[in-house]
Amino acid sequence: MNFDDTPQEAAFRAEARAWIAANAPREYEADLKTSPFGSVKLGGRDVLAASKAWQKKKFEAGWACLHWPKAYGGRGASPIERVIWQQEEGVFGKLSQVFIIGHGMCGPTLMPYASEEQKRRFLPAMASGEEIWCQLFSEPAAGSDLAGLRTRAEKQGDEWVINGQKIWTSGAQHSDYAILITRTDPNVAKHKGLTMFFLSMKSPGVEVRPIKQINGDSSFNEVYFTDVRIPDSQRLGAVGDGWNVSLTTLMNERLSIGAGMPTGFQELFDFCLNAQTPDGPAIEDRAVRSKLATYAVRASGLKYTGYRAISALSRGATPGPENSIGKLVAGATMQDIAAMALDLQGPSGMLAGKDRLSQDAQFQAMLMRSAATRIEGGTDEILRNIIAERVLGLPADIRVDKDVPFNKIPTRGR
Amino acid sequence: MNFEFSEDQIALRDQARRFLADKCPTKAVRAILDGADRYDRALWKGLADLGFMGVAIPEAYGGLGAGHLELCVIAEELGRALAPVPFASSIYLAAEALMIAGSEAQKQKYLPKLASGEAIGALAFSEGAGNPSPKNIRAVAAGGRITGEKNPVADGDICDILIVAARTGTAGNESDISLFIVDPASAGVTRTPVETLDPTRAHAKITFANAAAEPLGATGQGWSILQQVLDRAAVLTAFEQVGGADRALEMGRDYALERMAFGRPIGSFQAIKHMLADMYVAATLARSNAYYGAWALSTGAAELPRAAATARVSATQAFQLCSKNNIQTHGGMGFTWEFDCHMFYRRSNLLALSLGSLSQWEDKLIERMRASNAA
Repeated sequence: MNFDDTPQEAAFRAEARAWIAANAPREYEADLKTSPFGSVKLGGRDVLAASKAWQKKKFEAGWACLHWPKAYGGRGASPIERVIWQQEEGVFGKLSQVFIIGHGMCGPTLMPYASEEQKRRFLPAMASGEEIWCQLFSEPAAGSDLAGLRTRAEKQGDEWVINGQKIWTSGAQHSDYAILITRTDPNVAKHKGLTMFFLSMKSPGVEVRPIKQINGDSSFNEVYFTDVRIPDSQRLGAVGDGWNVSLTTLMNERLSIGAGMPTGFQELFDFCLNAQTPDGPAIEDRAVRSKLATYAVRASGLKYTGYRAISALSRGATPGPENSIGKLVAGATMQDIAAMALDLQGPSGMLAGKDRLSQDAQFQAMLMRSAATRIEGGTDEILRNIIAERVLGLPADIRVDKDVPFNKIPTRGR
Repeated sequence: MNFEFSEDQIALRDQARRFLADKCPTKAVRAILDGADRYDRALWKGLADLGFMGVAIPEAYGGLGAGHLELCVIAEELGRALAPVPFASSIYLAAEALMIAGSEAQKQKYLPKLASGEAIGALAFSEGAGNPSPKNIRAVAAGGRITGEKNPVADGDICDILIVAARTGTAGNESDISLFIVDPASAGVTRTPVETLDPTRAHAKITFANAAAEPLGATGQGWSILQQVLDRAAVLTAFEQVGGADRALEMGRDYALERMAFGRPIGSFQAIKHMLADMYVAATLARSNAYYGAWALSTGAAELPRAAATARVSATQAFQLCSKNNIQTHGGMGFTWEFDCHMFYRRSNLLALSLGSLSQWEDKLIERMRASNAA
């Protein structure tokens, strides 16, 4: 039991560290370190331009999309090398946020399903950050129940005509291309009538409307489709096989482990060391200590669970559904931590925006951001289902709509 | 990075699991629960024959000299099996205290007997209500004699070697406390078995009336040594708790798959699934924190006190959650004497108190994090 690299891992780390030391955009380092949870702020400088510039530099030196094959702009690196890279890249990794969906999900979906010509055209441009991709999956009536989606694709000659609406699309406002899951046959059971495509976000009839979130940011969007035309050559997988194609995408989401989800524990601990109550520093209070201890062991447990997952990767294991634990614990813990810190602040904890006290701001950001963490990319409840069904082996939910044609499934609760 | 036990250590764990599945099914634990015996002598002998008591004791003192990681994997299996034997008292507490503070002569005299299982050791540090502290240790030692009372003492009525914390000074702080070795069969020592939450683990009240006592470690160092012993025991006990938590989770899972209600297995209801998922999460975090403790214990890391408290708090929470929700999953059968659920519930709550309660370890954890933050 040790925290040491193997000789190969150590060599990779040294190479990565040296390259990052010589090339990272140090001018953003301080701002990246203090950027509040879930949003990158560079003191008014253009985040998208900074992100693209760093990505291009990495791509040109062979440090982009480490897990992708070299032929498509990657490095052919192992999962453990990817983890080492994330550790070494540190805060500069925050500049990759805008590319995560493309590199982690869209690219890996194109690889088994797009033509060779399409892969050579699109993947290197995605890896270099020149073109940004998003994923058009969730809909107003299809969130956790994704297979209940209603966006229609109808064949007309060699083209498909798309009508409908997507929602919660991260990064759609910056995106050049997207993968899109649609319903092509409403007369069969819901999982069977779906088909996947990719398309240009500049296509006529695509309209992106940002959603203003609880924290004031707009990282998610609604995307509307009005008679949008997609050539059949941009279909990914067979007609009616879209659900299986989407599982490829979602399985790749799970591979994105290693960096670890923040819980805000260290910030809370530092706050409790310094926050004064009439009886002294908050950390002297036994009730405060008891809660702190619970959050401390959750944060520590996540850290060392991550180390165990990395050890398994290092031995060549494939990440599985047990990795659902990370977001499940981190999201809820951050929400509890934010509430505790604001409670200790008393009425001043309510001050926000320009009137906030500087020490309190991060907990307000956590309070607002963590509410989304518990929902995006699989709600707490879906993650518990995944653990129960795929880790513990409990029976799947009874699905009353399983063998019912999609257009016969009830859509109103009352 | 290799944050996992080695192949040899995993093979040892498998060996321990097979042995305990054979020699310590819950029927054997129940025999102690319902019977007059204070511990399972045949099991104790079997564990001794495998050399398990001596894995972390140096060869020079009759052990195998393997190490604490080996002891951790054995502890996990003992916890999983609810083994009704004085392993923790004898090995995590008494043997560790001797290894930390014993003179060469004391190590030569006592450790080989503990390593072979020929003698049972115990550590008497609790007196009356409240968590152990320098203030509430009232037993007094002077001139090589102890007078006072300890209660409860794990395995106090069955031990052959007893280590006792007693007051030797009047400064009003931890320098008042020293450790002693007492022969529990000697004059002036009276041992009375006591009932506890978990009758599968023997406990006793021990009174000392001018009983002969030999110092263990320097005078005034007793509290400091005791903290080191408790930290090591906290890591090892965390592995017992993790083993117990995993087993309770598996029992709940298995029952949820079997039991039908409303025409379907109860494990298909989200209320049950989510409860079991939360048990899995707690058990997983506790296992990872226990590994952190094991790493610190086996490498002698300076952060052992912090790692031990982390492992202790996490494992206590996880075993308590898993054992109580295992009962909940079983419904009415869960709170019968006949089903095994209550044995895990009993053990989880006993272990939660055995080295000082959860709130005390939470307090220690934060104090130690504060110290390492300042360092």
